[in-house]
Amino acid sequence: MSVKETELPHFKQPLLRTPFHNRARELSQHDSFVAWAGYTTVDVFTTPEQEYFAVRNATGVFDLTPMVKYRIKGPAAGRYLNHLVTRDVAKLKVNRVMYTVWCNDNGHILDDGTLFRLGEDEYWLCSAERQIDWLLDAAIGYDVTVEEVTEQVAALAVQGPTSCWILKQLGLAGIEQLKPFDIGRFAVEGVEVMASRTGFTGDLGYEIWMPPDKAEFIWDRLMEAGRLRGIRAIGSQALNAVRIEAGFLMPHYDFVSAESTVRLGRDRSPLELGLDWLVDFKKGHFNGRRALVAEQARGVARRLVGLDVAGNKPAHSALLYTEESGRQEIGFVTSALWSPTCKRNIALAIVNAPHFALGSKVWAEIYLNRELVWERRMVQAEVVEKPFFAPERRRVTPPADR
Amino acid sequence: MQAHFDVIIIGAGHNGLVCGALLAKRGKRVLIVEGSAATGGAAGTHEFAPGFRASTAHLLHLMPRALITALGLEQQGLRFAATRMPTTALSAEGNHLSLAADAVAAASPADAAAYPAFTARFTRLAGALRPMLGAPPPRLGTDAWSDRIALLKLGWQVRRLGRRDMRELLRIIGMNAYDLLEDNFSSPLLKGALAFDATLGANLGPRAPGTVLTWLMRQALESADGNTGLAQPVGGMGGLTDALTRAATAAGAEVRTGTRVERVLVADDRVTGVVLGSGESLLAPVVVSNADPKTTFLDLLGPEHLDTGFVRKVDHCRARGVTAKLHLALDRLPAFLNLSQSALKGRLLFSPSMAYLERAFDAPKYGEHSAEPALEITVPTMNDPTLAPSGQHVLSAVIECAPRDLRAGWDGSKDAYQALLLDRLEALAPGLKESVRAVELLTPLDLERRYGNRGGHWHHAELAFDQFLFVRPVPGAAQYATPVQGLFLCGAASHPGGGVVGENGRLAAQAVLAKAV
Ligand SMILES: Cc1cc2nc3c(=O)[nH]c(=O)nc-3n(C[C@H](O)[C@H](O)[C@H](O)COP(=O)(O)OP(=O)(O)OC[C@H]3O[C@@H](n4cnc5c(N)ncnc54)[C@H](O)[C@@H]3O)c2cc1C
Repeated sequence: MSVKETELPHFKQPLLRTPFHNRARELSQHDSFVAWAGYTTVDVFTTPEQEYFAVRNATGVFDLTPMVKYRIKGPAAGRYLNHLVTRDVAKLKVNRVMYTVWCNDNGHILDDGTLFRLGEDEYWLCSAERQIDWLLDAAIGYDVTVEEVTEQVAALAVQGPTSCWILKQLGLAGIEQLKPFDIGRFAVEGVEVMASRTGFTGDLGYEIWMPPDKAEFIWDRLMEAGRLRGIRAIGSQALNAVRIEAGFLMPHYDFVSAESTVRLGRDRSPLELGLDWLVDFKKGHFNGRRALVAEQARGVARRLVGLDVAGNKPAHSALLYTEESGRQEIGFVTSALWSPTCKRNIALAIVNAPHFALGSKVWAEIYLNRELVWERRMVQAEVVEKPFFAPERRRVTPPADR
Repeated sequence: MQAHFDVIIIGAGHNGLVCGALLAKRGKRVLIVEGSAATGGAAGTHEFAPGFRASTAHLLHLMPRALITALGLEQQGLRFAATRMPTTALSAEGNHLSLAADAVAAASPADAAAYPAFTARFTRLAGALRPMLGAPPPRLGTDAWSDRIALLKLGWQVRRLGRRDMRELLRIIGMNAYDLLEDNFSSPLLKGALAFDATLGANLGPRAPGTVLTWLMRQALESADGNTGLAQPVGGMGGLTDALTRAATAAGAEVRTGTRVERVLVADDRVTGVVLGSGESLLAPVVVSNADPKTTFLDLLGPEHLDTGFVRKVDHCRARGVTAKLHLALDRLPAFLNLSQSALKGRLLFSPSMAYLERAFDAPKYGEHSAEPALEITVPTMNDPTLAPSGQHVLSAVIECAPRDLRAGWDGSKDAYQALLLDRLEALAPGLKESVRAVELLTPLDLERRYGNRGGHWHHAELAFDQFLFVRPVPGAAQYATPVQGLFLCGAASHPGGGVVGENGRLAAQAVLAKAV
C-alpha cells in the first residue's frame, strides 16, 4: 500500500496516511483524526477514558509512525551526536536507547527525543520536529550521513501491564529479557521487527519498529495476540493523559522548539525544564554548552515543575500567583490532568524563580465553563516531585507474566 | 604544562605581523608561525621568473600613517619608490583620461565642475566613517558602556557632518556605485574608472547594493591625513612586510616560516596552543589566527569546539574570490596606445564604462571568467628597477573577474584564459605579447592554494553590509575574540576588512591585551 495518497503537487497533497491508517479507520468510532507531523492520526477511537485505562490496566497500542526519524551513520556518528545532544552519547551502548534533548547556540531546546544505537556506527534519532537543516549543518566537519527515514519505518507503541505477555504471544520470544531502554530484534512469522523497551507512558511498554509493507500484518497479529489481555488501540488524547502522569514533556505544550519561537524569552533551556540530569557538562563541548554554563552560574529564571492542585478541576492553562489575591503573577500551567490512577489533580507548570522550589505553595486561577457560564476559581497548588505515577513494573525485568 | 609563549600567531600575513609586533612591543612572548617560506602573505613579494619579482597586492594605499610610525617601519627599512601615484583611465581607442582633476576638466566639460565637488564631498562623508574603521566594532544588544559609547561616537561622527551631509551619507551609504555615479557624471570612462575602485576585490559589480559602502571605506582610509596615496614600497609590497617582519623580531617576536599549523589545541574550552605540521605541539594561552574564518574555525579549530549555529554562519560566510592576478616578465617597456611613458609610473585602469565593468562581474555568476575583463595595471619597474633585471620590466595586473569556482574547472582552462588576457593587453599595448618572457597567472584558486585562504577572496570574506562591522566576519567573532577562550582573529576577514591596512592586526592585538594574557 502506498503511504502517499496521490501524486498531487505538494501544495495540494492531503496529510500523509500511516501504514496503519486503514486499520485505524476501521476501529475509529468517531472518525476523529488530527494532523501530526504531516500525517493524519487518530485523536480518539472510542473514549479517552477507555483508552487511558487500557494503558494503565491492560495494553494500549499507539501508532507512532509520524514520529520523525533520522538515521545517522558513519565513523564519526558517535562524536557527531555527542556534539549535537546534551547527554554523553559515548555512554550509549549498542542496542540501547537514551532520552535526550538538543539545543541551539543559546542553550535553548530545539527538540527532545530518543536516540537509538543500532550498531557500532549507526544510530536513529527520533524527534518531534523535522530539522534536517540543523542536523546537516551540525554534520559539517564530521564523517557522517544524516538521512530522514520517517517513511521507511512503521512503528507501534505497545504499552501497559500486559504488553510483555501479548508480545510474547505475538512471537517475540525473549522480549521479557529486555531491560528498560534495551533494543532487541525478533521475528513474527518470518517478518523481522525491532523492539525497544521504551515509551511515552511511564508504564511497562515497548515500541515495535517494522517495515511499512508489513505494518498491517503485524497490527492484525498483535490485536489477535492481545484479544484476551484487553488490547485496545489508543489515540493521542489518552496518550497525553498518561504522559502527564509520567511527567514527560510534550513539545508544543510544555515547550516550543527554539527554532520556531518568534517572541523573545519563549524558548526554554534544559535547565529551565528541569532536565539538568540530561546535561553532561563534563563530556566536552556540545551545542549550547557555553550558554548553559553561564545560565547555571546565573541560576535559572524559571523552572518547569509538577503541581498538585487542590480540588478536582484540571488547571488547564491556569495562571499562577503567589497569593490568592492574584496580585503577583509567577507562572502558568502547561499541561493539566485529573489523574484517575493517582486520584490527584496534577499539572506541569512553568514557575518563576524563586517560587519553583519543592514544597512551594502557589495559587492557580482556574476557569470553568458550566453550561456556557464561565466561573473562576482560585485554588492552592503545591510544587511536588515528578513523575506523578511511576509503577515498579515499568522497570522490573522480566515483567510479571500476565 | 609550561607554556612556551604568551601568544602564538598563525600566519605571517601583514596583519599577523602587525599583531605580533605590537604584542611583542608590549612585552609578550610572541611566536608567529607562517606556512609558506616567506612572510607577508598576499602582501609579500615573490620571484615569479628568474630575476623578476612581483607583489600580489601591488599598491599600498590604505595603511594609516600612525601605524607605520608606531611600528617604526621606516627605521626597519621601509622606503617608498613612489607615492601619490596618478591614475589613468584607459580607453580602447586611446582616448585615455587622467583622473587628475584638471585633466578630467579638460576632457569632459560636463564633469569639470562635478568632479572636484563630488570628490571633496565624498571624501568628507567617508571621513565620518574613518574613526569607525580604526576602532573595534561595538557589540549590539549589550549593556556594556564601552559598546554604547562606541555607538554614540559613530552617531556623533555622522551627526557632526552637519544636516545636509549627514542626510547625503545616509542616502548613499546603502546605494550602489552605478546609480551614484550615474547621478553625478556623464563621461563613461570616468564613471567606469571610479566604479572600478568602488568594487575592487569584491564579488559585487557596480550595480550591487553596498558598493558605495565599500568605496566609502576605501576612500576613508586612502584620504586619511599623512596617507601615502597610491604608493609602491621599494622592493614591492614585500618591502613593507619585510620591514614589518624586522619590526616584529626587533621587538622580540620569533618568526618561523615554512611551518604550517595543523590544529589549534583546546582543553577545558580554552585554547592551549597549536600543533604544527611536524607534529610538534607548542603551548600558549592565546592563539591569534591570521587565516580566514573557514580555515580557522572549520579546519584548524574544528566544529567540535563550536556550536552548530556558529558553524553554520562560518560555513555560510561569503568568500567567493573573483579577482585574479597576472604578472608578466617583459624584456622591454610596454607601449600603450597613445599613452605617455610617464603615465606608466602611475596606475592604469581599464574599465571603459560601468556597463563594461558590470558585465565583467556578471561572468562569475554563471561560473565563467569574463572574456572582457576589467584591469588595474601597474609597471612597478618604472618606479623600482630592482624588481627586474636591468632594462627589463614587470607588468602587474589585477583582473576582474574570474571566479574561484570556474564551472569548467581551472585545470583545463587556465592556459586559454592566460592567452585571452594577453590578447586583451596586446590590444591596449600593441607589441606587448612579443616582449613577454614569462607569465604568472594567479586565479583565485591559485591564490587560495598559495595563501591558504578558503575562497581565494581579496578580503578573505566578502565585504558587504551583511558581513560588515559588528557582524564581520560573522556574529560571535566580530570583536576579534571568538567563542573559544584565548582564540582570536586578526586577518582580513575581521574588521575593517581586506587590503594592506594592518588595522585588523592592531585591533586584534588590542583585544588580546584587553581580554587575556
Ligand atoms: C589579487 C589580489 C590583489 C590585491 N591587491 C591589493 C592591492 O593592490 N592593495 C591592497 O591594499 N590590497 C590588495 N589586495 C588585498 C590584500 O592583499 C589582502 O587583503 C591582504 O594581504 C590580506 O592580509 P592578511 O594579513 O589579512 O592575510 P594574508 O595576506 O592572506 O596572510 C595570511 C597568512 O597566513 C598564512 N597561513 C594561513 N594558514 C596557515 C596555517 N595553517 N599555518 C601557517 N600559516 C598559515 C598564509 O600562508 C598567509 O601568509 C589584493 C588581494 C588579491 C587577492
